[in-house]
Parts: sequence; structure tokens; C-alpha cells
Amino acid sequence: MIRLEARAEPSKLMGFAAPVIALLVTLFAGLILFALLGVPVGKAFYAFFIEPLSSTYGLSELGVKAAPLIMIAVALSIGYRANVWNIGAEGQLILGGICGGAVALYFYEVEKWYVLPLMTLAGILGGMFWAAIPALLRTRFNANEILTSLMLTYIAALLLSLLVHGPLRDPDGFNFPESRLFHAAATLPIIFEGTRLHIGALVALLLVVVGWVLLSRTLLGFALKVNGQAPRAGAYAGFTQNRLIWFSLLFCGAAAGCAGLFEVAGPIGQLLPNISPGYGFTAIIVAFLGRLHPVGVVFAGLVMALSYLGGESAQISLNLPVAVTGVFQGMLLFFLLAADVLINYRVVWGRRGTAGRGASL
Amino acid sequence: MFGLCTKFGKLTLCDNYLKAMSGNQSNTSAAPLVAMRGITKAYPGCLANDSIDLFVDAGTIHALLGENGAGKSTLVKILYGLLQADAGSIEWRGESVTIASPAQARQLGIALVFQHFSLFEALSVLENIALGMAVDANNELKQKIIEVSNRYGLPLDPDRQVYTLSVGERQRIEIVRCLLQDPKLLIMDEPTSVLTPQEVNDLFVTLRRLSEEGVAILYISHKLHEIKALCSEATILRGGKRVATAIPEQESTHSLASLMMGDELVAPERETHTPQDKVLLSLSNASRAAAEQHEVPLENINLNVRAGEIVGIAGVAGNGQDELMQVISGEQALGHAQALVLDGEPAGTMSPGARRAKGLCCVPEERLGHASVPSMSLTENAFLTAHHRTNMRTIGLISKRKSKRFAEQVIEQFNVQCNGTATAAASLSGGNLQKFIVGREIEQKPSVFVVSQPTWGVDAGAAAAIHKSLQDMARQGAAVLVISQDLDELMLISDRIAALCAGRLSDVHQTEDVTVQQLGELMGGASISAEVSA
Repeated sequence: MIRLEARAEPSKLMGFAAPVIALLVTLFAGLILFALLGVPVGKAFYAFFIEPLSSTYGLSELGVKAAPLIMIAVALSIGYRANVWNIGAEGQLILGGICGGAVALYFYEVEKWYVLPLMTLAGILGGMFWAAIPALLRTRFNANEILTSLMLTYIAALLLSLLVHGPLRDPDGFNFPESRLFHAAATLPIIFEGTRLHIGALVALLLVVVGWVLLSRTLLGFALKVNGQAPRAGAYAGFTQNRLIWFSLLFCGAAAGCAGLFEVAGPIGQLLPNISPGYGFTAIIVAFLGRLHPVGVVFAGLVMALSYLGGESAQISLNLPVAVTGVFQGMLLFFLLAADVLINYRVVWGRRGTAGRGASL
Repeated sequence: MFGLCTKFGKLTLCDNYLKAMSGNQSNTSAAPLVAMRGITKAYPGCLANDSIDLFVDAGTIHALLGENGAGKSTLVKILYGLLQADAGSIEWRGESVTIASPAQARQLGIALVFQHFSLFEALSVLENIALGMAVDANNELKQKIIEVSNRYGLPLDPDRQVYTLSVGERQRIEIVRCLLQDPKLLIMDEPTSVLTPQEVNDLFVTLRRLSEEGVAILYISHKLHEIKALCSEATILRGGKRVATAIPEQESTHSLASLMMGDELVAPERETHTPQDKVLLSLSNASRAAAEQHEVPLENINLNVRAGEIVGIAGVAGNGQDELMQVISGEQALGHAQALVLDGEPAGTMSPGARRAKGLCCVPEERLGHASVPSMSLTENAFLTAHHRTNMRTIGLISKRKSKRFAEQVIEQFNVQCNGTATAAASLSGGNLQKFIVGREIEQKPSVFVVSQPTWGVDAGAAAAIHKSLQDMARQGAAVLVISQDLDELMLISDRIAALCAGRLSDVHQTEDVTVQQLGELMGGASISAEVSA
């Protein structure tokens, strides 16, 4: 019989091993799924995991997808460490896209150097504004930020749809719900010619370093961790809970808003009714898969980016539905949460209790 | 010393033998009610019980005496079926038994009143008892509760909600719950640590009554005078071994203490300090409404603590100690700045960090989760409060090296037993963590030091060390405020003393002028007549 036995203290090894276990199990379950769908397993495996990585362009695309995931997940990790459960990064991303995009459209005749910095600033402020709403509701009225931030995501999506159907619609666009294309001064510089990999990837890496230093070496990061693990100890040490809630949400709003602006000013180049394939939600998985650690988030971000590319590739070469991506992401989170049990418990084979003990020894 | 142990060992063996011969009380068989022989239990890196023998006869009150970490809890957990021994045997009424679970222990007739109660605050007394016994909360049970509580002088209203009850009343619930199961052996784990002197007396009456009825009581404690007053036999553990058995009546508290601790006890002498005139901490009409349902509102607290003195605040848990600590530490702001004056400066609205920087260090009662972060290392827990008054940063960033050095200093100065500074706070034993936390604050050299339950759960040796460092601080001119439920402790170390009852602070008296009895009355909300007050 297999049973779980509590460990004396959490296993550090399992902290690292759990994501790997989850990945392997996801892979295995995915292949079974392909087999059940009648797709040749080898071909599916190749299309999903190898093909996207077999060309320079594929690798650059991995960076394009990973950049927003990593940016948002680093910021989410910081908040999650403090027990601030912002689920609405997707909405904050959309607001960043809207605000930054609106600036680009306002300056559509001005091709000056300052347009892009202004757009970025607007994107960041937009994301922060959207995150400030749950922060205010939480600190003033003790409203749960999980619910408020999540609900605001749908409002953001509808707001974007409203704007690209109305005020921000391209006047010469034959009534298609999309904005003008941004001009060169309003789009992000490309790192490698011929790819779509933009400087957002560098910003993401910079944010990783910032997040790492913040969490491991600053008083603010320490306060966030203390308040997440033992709020009363935080109060005793003099860390103000509300201030940390505001910081967590605003920081995440800024990162998500910036990521949103980078999407519209990068790969997309205009405002569309839909500017993100759920980066804000996927980043939640990235944050946990990366163990809420900025460096872990880099690896997790690349893995999740691959699930997007693999999904697209499987769609093209195998005619599989696009939902495959979501299925893989969902399975990964599911198995990760299951594998995390091993951090606090160990698996024991054998019978329970006093087997082998005599009545008196 | 060794000779002494052997002597006691022989004495008791002889005593047991005599009892067995004469047929002790109602127990007609020669065997004791419980005989544990050669009980051994090892944890990774520590032999908690090393071949311990324990014999308890029916109708006796048997003390299990030992410092923290001596192996008392482990032994009791084995007896109650919570742990399994690695080696050794248990006999119950002469028959060899294996106790695999608490359920089985209860079936045999063993009941345990825990030191920390597991009660549901939002449920009634009746519902809590029913849950604990896995039966329905019906009228029949209610009648039984009333009957048992009347019979043993444990007044208890079955319909009261638990959150409205004092700690002493909560303990009664646990005792009644055990008595309803008609136990043959009642194990009490440090039962008096939460009671007023009057409540302790009431408890002793109940326990003596039970023992007269033939119930054996295993009484776990490190309070020697209680054991002398109550117990007829004692088994003394030290470092996982049984070092002696004794008859408490024939021992002095001093000889019991030296058996328990192995070498001569260096208890700090009572010393009086000559306070300077300078008031370092002053509360004037400090009031605070209860923010949550279970909090106690503080009403017009007036208190001055001068440089160079120790002021003690007595009181039963749940009378506002926690709330008082929070307004002093700054976790809860006071309405106006003048309500708390720190070294001449109004500080009622200052943040905890600002107060620390001004020289006020506090140790709250709850060690894990309040005074420390359980999952963080000792280094990080050192940084938690010490960074205000100690240089622990390099160019604004946290210096692990500097925090670690400070943590090492605390560990060394206060003799904290641990596997280095990377150990998580939660993995330290209660006493060691307490030493670390108190040490962390003392090492910051505060000018005002406020500590709640400084020696709760700490062994006598460490308690003496903590008391000594409090006295040293006062001698060096710090203002020390000690909030404690341990009256012996307060009578020993404080120069002036007051009691907190239902969020009100009594007048402050010179400690020499107050008796324990009077202090007990103060804790109950009475005031001492005019001729005694200072």
C-alpha cells in the first residue's frame, strides 16, 4: 500500500524536483492524449516540442512569447510571496495596451524619438491604474483581490473591444475593428534582424534581476516575504500590511501594463480586439512553476512559451485544435500542484502503524 | 550527586515494595496501575527517552518532574498512544499492553488534559465536549456534564460559547471531557501555567478529590512547590533518563531542583534596584477599543516605568496583556501621541520601527508567528527586528553576513541549542526559540524593554539566565516591563508590581508590600486597601 507521511521539514530537493516531475508527467499524459486522438505519437511529440525549437526563427519566437510571460510572472511572484493574490494581470496587460496604444494613435503623424517612451509610460500607468482598483478595494473595504482583479479583467477586455470598434478604429480601415498600424517610431526596436524578437525580451531579463535583488536583498522584499508567511510577525517588525498590498499590486500592474504595451508596440503593431493569448493568466502558472523565484520564472516562462508555439505548430501540421495549448497548460498546473504535495510529504510503501511490533517488546 | 540519585532510587523501590505488600488502597493486586519499563524513544539526532521506568499506583498523584527537553512529553505521548516506543513495555493493571492510538488509551481508561487546549471558540461547551467524545450533543450529555462538574467542583455552563470563557474555564472543559470518560489514569500536562493562585487551589481540591476516589493522576510540571503540595510520589527525568524517584514531602524544593537540573541551581537572588527619577516609558490614560470580537478593550492605563527598575504586570491570560503589548510596541497605534511617552518624547502614534529606533524593544507572548517567522532561518529572524538598531546592511542592501554574525552572537550569549543559523525558527524547541527571541532583543541594548511571558516553556536553568539578564539590564539603567502569568517570577524580579484585569490596570505597588494572595485578588479585579498601597 502506498501512503503519504508528513516530513519533519519541507524538502528543499522536492521544491526543485516537483516542477520537473510535473513536466514529465504532463508530457506523458499529453502523449497519451495524442494517442487517444488518433495522432501518431512520435509525430505529435516532434510537432509540439521539437519543431518550434529547430530553427533560429522558432527560437526567436520563443523569446517573443516568453518575454511578456516572464515580465508578468516575476511581478506576480513578488506579490504572491506577500500573499497578495492578483489574478487580474491579464486585465492590467490589456489596459497597458490600450493606454500605450492610444498614445501611439494620438501621435500617429509624429514620428519622433519620444513617442515610444511616452507610450511605455502610458502603458505602465494604465496597468497600474487597473491594479490600483483592487488595491483600493482591498485596503479600504477588505474586498478580496482575487475576485476583484479577476472581474476587472473582463471589464478590460470589453473596454478594448469597445474602443477598437469605436473611437480608436482605423478611419480608413473599412470598418474592421482594428486601429491604424503604428508607425516605426511607435514600434519596438528588433534585436535580431528578420525576427520579431524585440527589446522587450531584454526588459524582461532586467526585470528578473530587479526582482531577484528586491526579494533577496532589500528590506522591502524581506517585508513582503515576512508578511506573506506570518502577517503578525510583520506587524511586530513594523511592516505595514496595506503599504505592501499597494506595492505588490502596483508593481504587478506596471509590469503587466508594460508587457501589454510591448505586445501592441511589438509583434502586433496596432490595437486589435484581442491583444493577448492569455499571457496574464498563463503567467500565474509560470510564477508557480518557477517556484515564485525570479530565476525559476525564466525557465518556467520558456517552457510555457513553448506550449504556445507547440500548440500553433500542432495546429498547422496535425490539424489539432488550438485548445491543445490550454490543455497542456492546465495539465501542467494540475500536475504541479499534485507534485507539490511531495515537498511536505514523502511516499511510503508498506503497511501503516504497528506492523511487526509485538504486544510488548 | 550520583550517590544521591541511587539513594532515592533505592528508597522508592523499597517504598513501592512496602505498598505492594500491604495492599495499596482499593487496588488489591500487587501490580501498579501502570508500569512502563525500559521505555526508549529516539528521534533523529536525539535520544528523547533512554530506558525510562515509570510506575503509577491507583489513587496516587504522581509527579513527572523535569526540565524542558527532559523527555516528559515524549514519555506521556507514548503512554497516551500518540507515539510508539522503540523499545520497552507497558503494563496496565499487570497485563502487558500495546497502546497504538489515543482511542485505545482512552478505552483502557487513560485520559490526557493537554497544556494547549484544542477547543472550537465559536461552539458551545456542550458541542465541544460532544465533538471531543464523538457523541451527539444531546440533553443526556448536558445532564452528565452538569453532574460531573458539580461533583468535582468544576462549575461549567454547558451552553456558554467557548470564546466567552477564561483560560481557567477552558481548562475545566478539558478536565470535564476527560472525567466523562471515567478514567482510571488522568494525565495533566502543566495544568497550572494558565491559572490564578485561587484557580490553582480549586484545581488541587478537584485533583485530591479524584485521587481519593481511586483515580491515579500523573501530574507533569516543573513547579516544585506545586509538586510538594500535591503529589505523593515523583519520578524525575533529566536528559531523557530517569534520574530518581522521590517522595516530594520528604524533599526540600532545593533538593528536588538539584535532582531535576543535575547541578546546583543558581537561581538569581531577589535584588532590588534603585530606580533613577527619569521616567523612560509612560502610559497616561491609554485606551483602546476592541477592534475585533475576541479582543479586550484597554481602559485608561496609567503606568510609569523609570530607568533602572523592573515593573511587573500580573494577570490571567486574556485580560488584555496582548493588547497592552501591541499598543506599547506600536503594532496598534494609540489615538493621540501623548498617551505613550518614550524617553520624554510623545510616541503614541509612532510606528513600531520608529519606537525601536528610539530604544524600545518588545517581546510578544506568542513565539511562533508573532515574535518570529516560523519558516524563516534564525539569521532572517535576527534581521526581522534587529536591523533598526544594528548595522545589518551594506549600501542599503541586506547583508546576510552581518545578520548571521548577530544571530551567532545571540545563539552563543543565550546558549540556544540549534543546528546553526540556517535552522528554521519553527524547528527549534519552544524553550530554545524563546531564548533566541529574548536574546535577540536584549542584544540590541534597548533603553526600554518590554517582555511578555519571558520564561514560558523555558527550563529552569534558562529561566534563571533570562531573569539574570533582565536584572542586569535594569542595573545598567534600562526601564524593564515584564508582563507575566507566573507570579513567582514577578515576585522574584520586579521592583514594583500591578495586575491587569479585563483591560484595566490596577495601582502599581512596591513588590515587598504585596502578598501573593493580595496579588491574586488584584488579578481578579479587586484593589488593595489603602494602607498597603505604595
